[in-house]
Amino acid sequence: MLVALGACAVVAIVLTAEVAASAVKRSLVSWRVRVAAGRAEDIAAYDPGRERRAEQRARELLRSCVGDDDWAMYRDLGFLRVWGRAGSGMGAGHGVAPYAYLIYPHKPIVAYVPTSARLLSEYCVEFPDAERPFGSTRLPASDDVLAKWMALTGDEQRLIENANLHLAGRALDPHAVRADIAALARWDHERLQRRSTDAGSVPAP
Amino acid sequence: MRLLRMKPGHGEVLIAEGDVEVAEQEQELIAAFRAQLEQGMWAAVPIVASDGRRQAELVRAFEEVPRDAERVIFFPRAAGGG
Repeated sequence: MLVALGACAVVAIVLTAEVAASAVKRSLVSWRVRVAAGRAEDIAAYDPGRERRAEQRARELLRSCVGDDDWAMYRDLGFLRVWGRAGSGMGAGHGVAPYAYLIYPHKPIVAYVPTSARLLSEYCVEFPDAERPFGSTRLPASDDVLAKWMALTGDEQRLIENANLHLAGRALDPHAVRADIAALARWDHERLQRRSTDAGSVPAP
Repeated sequence: MRLLRMKPGHGEVLIAEGDVEVAEQEQELIAAFRAQLEQGMWAAVPIVASDGRRQAELVRAFEEVPRDAERVIFFPRAAGGG
């Protein structure tokens, strides 16, 4: 009797193990399929050209907003200059701006004194999109520049109040920024020369 | 008038387009404008100043948008960075 019960118990254990093993096997296969499908979806969602196309669109929008001179500056030098307006009378269309800003893509805005190239401060500001439409909060580089340009030219005070103020040199190398200011001065000079040359030239008969 | 919104990974997106002189279209523009502000966007209108200088106007209400503006650009509000 005991032997028979023992045999039954062994058979039951073996059968249960078989059933459990096949269930585990099915689950494992199903998991592998899901993982593979997930990878395939990730690959399908990843578009290596998307960021490039987004940046191209952003450059066109920037170009259409800032005008030819500023567009040429950004194209040639990789940053934009915006004249400061607070207390300078520039808003009324006269006076000399005592300070200006350099706008870099995805880097702090730098305030400086154009006449001496003295660096004043860095304004760290971002425009994060909480919706993260493609998994990122960051705008394309040229959209970031345009957002800074619109905010600075539209409401300088509002942008500055929303930025984190730091001493110059915290995030950007001061030597590199001074080199950019020097390059901008050369760029301005060459542009003025070209204009005066063009204005003085006599069209061919 | 076109309402455009900057988007990460895409560039600008057309949110709405219409003629402000047509009442029905103006209402649609106003609704779309408010929806963007409610989502925390800032709105800017690129303009050419009287001295020829390019600049932007930040607007907080549709009534502040110049009637002849060709476009309003929305972008995420500024936040202090690191």
